[in-house]
Amino acid sequence: MATTTPTRGVHGSRPSRRAPKPMSPGRQAWRSRLWRFDDKASPYAYIAPFFLVFGAFGLYPLVYTGWIALHRVEMTGLDQMEWVGFGNFSKILQEDEFWTAVSNTFVIGVISTVPQLMVALGLAHLLNYKLRASTFWRTVILTPYATSVASAALVFALVFRADGGLLNWVLGFFGAGETNWVNGHWTSNIAIAVIVIWRWTGYNTLIYLAAMQAVPSDLYEAASLDGASRWQQFRNVTIPALRPTILFTIVISTIGSMQLFGEPLLLEGGANGAQGGTENQYETLSIYLYNYGWNLGHLGPAAAVAWAMLVLLLLIAAINWLIGRFVRKTAA
Amino acid sequence: MTTTSPITAPDHRRVSKAAVRHEPPRRRRFKPGAGRQHHAGPFAYFALVVVGLGSLFPLYWTLVAASRTQQEVLDTTPPLFPGGNLFNNLEAAWEQASLGKAILNTFIVSSSITLATLFFCTLAGYAFAKMRFKGRNMLMTMVIATLTIPPQLSVVPLFMMMSDIGWGGQLESVIFPTLVSAFGVFFMRQYLIEALPYELIEAGKVDGANNLRVVWSIVLPVARPAMMVLGMLTFVQAWNDFFWPYLALNQQNPTLQVALGQLSASYVPDQSIVMAGALISTLPLLVVFVIFGKQIVGGIMSGAVKG
Repeated sequence: MATTTPTRGVHGSRPSRRAPKPMSPGRQAWRSRLWRFDDKASPYAYIAPFFLVFGAFGLYPLVYTGWIALHRVEMTGLDQMEWVGFGNFSKILQEDEFWTAVSNTFVIGVISTVPQLMVALGLAHLLNYKLRASTFWRTVILTPYATSVASAALVFALVFRADGGLLNWVLGFFGAGETNWVNGHWTSNIAIAVIVIWRWTGYNTLIYLAAMQAVPSDLYEAASLDGASRWQQFRNVTIPALRPTILFTIVISTIGSMQLFGEPLLLEGGANGAQGGTENQYETLSIYLYNYGWNLGHLGPAAAVAWAMLVLLLLIAAINWLIGRFVRKTAA
Repeated sequence: MTTTSPITAPDHRRVSKAAVRHEPPRRRRFKPGAGRQHHAGPFAYFALVVVGLGSLFPLYWTLVAASRTQQEVLDTTPPLFPGGNLFNNLEAAWEQASLGKAILNTFIVSSSITLATLFFCTLAGYAFAKMRFKGRNMLMTMVIATLTIPPQLSVVPLFMMMSDIGWGGQLESVIFPTLVSAFGVFFMRQYLIEALPYELIEAGKVDGANNLRVVWSIVLPVARPAMMVLGMLTFVQAWNDFFWPYLALNQQNPTLQVALGQLSASYVPDQSIVMAGALISTLPLLVVFVIFGKQIVGGIMSGAVKG
């Protein structure tokens, strides 16, 4: 079968070899043209749904967001747009709340991503040993992934409660006083980071594990022949081999942390949640956007926030790229 | 399997079966390497037990809190074992948050998104993996690039569009934007590159099959294992989606996550009832996860992309 030369496109179904002239020459030409058209057009037809859906519900709105950001649009009258130029942008840039949201998004992003990926790396290393019931362990650490943001945030909200919270109760055994986790700037950011870490560590662990198992074992054999300890092998063989994967998880986690919404919204719930705490102490950019658009009903500034997020994202991408280039240069 | 040398133990059965039935080649990615040579020591097991408990405890505590009263949950010594108030709380949650409708809605949304994603992503994945056409690489790069665009950037106009075409607050507004996923296209492409030999497609064409026929009788059967995994991942994600549904839907017509968010946000909430709601929204997925956990784990490890 593998040796058959590709004869497709020449009308040929099997019986045609026995019956030399199954149809008129005109029909044949028409059929072969149909075949060729089928071959040319099919791939585009198959990928079209993705680009249509993305164009209609992703790209077009993304551009349109920029247009809305230059207008006053209220939730109460969606079809009335009034030109305000860059008014929305200058408005949000002058608000302390915006900069609080930027810094919270950044802080929570860092204190959730860094420990998460480090723990995931260590866990993947453990899971890479010969283990009893390895599938069981993998499934257990992935279970939080099956939990929704809403459920996770609500349970952890109970854990982090000031009075009667599980965490304060446990810390009480160690002589710690009651901490009001939700009211503090750092403590509330930590609480949100914990929810993120809980949900995503297992996921990243499995991604690292997959990458580790693709590392050729001769590299380790060579290293141990050279007398490298296990730690040295981990540092000098595993980590370099995993570099692309690590970079990838950093990018994906960064984008994920730009979007934090459910965790802060439901940490307290109610009116406090909708503005990221009484003093916006845990307000993220998504909450800020939601508060403007869906709580206060001003869609113009909400769209401006969306574009500010885009700019931040591009900035982070540029920094990532620069760091990546720097790392590659120093490695070479 | 890897230790048997071909000389001492030729496995004719496996070879011939694969050759005849054109089974996808066994994936080589999970070969033993790295730390696999060593057995895990007691420290490894200890660490895994600690992490495992950390993973599972919040879920267990959801059950505990859902089966107590608000007062017990918020007591200065929180309860560590389930109590007897579960059914009262479930009933209260059911009434306060229209959970019946929410479950139905979530099911409709998740299954239609999953079915559409499977269909469209398999088609697109096949085209990108095995068909030659102009602009293929550039278009695939675009698909991957869309993974990096957060939904936040387009929700404002999306909301206005949906209300324009009369889908405001309707399930359509949640279903249609997620009918296909870049992750799905990528996932199916990666699988089909390895699993689908060109000879098989050629053979079908020689037999006079047009492209759709090839997809139907050759690509789909080969792709089935990957479709199973993608289906489960998509279902989990659609079931748990929060941000856009929370903005697009309302209290009268919510999905489970939206109902749960509103249950905790709308009035002074009773924590044990909220936890009962959380339990209802999580339990179906946990059951799916316990049954198909192995496949989902394998899927994430082979896809290695966050969707």
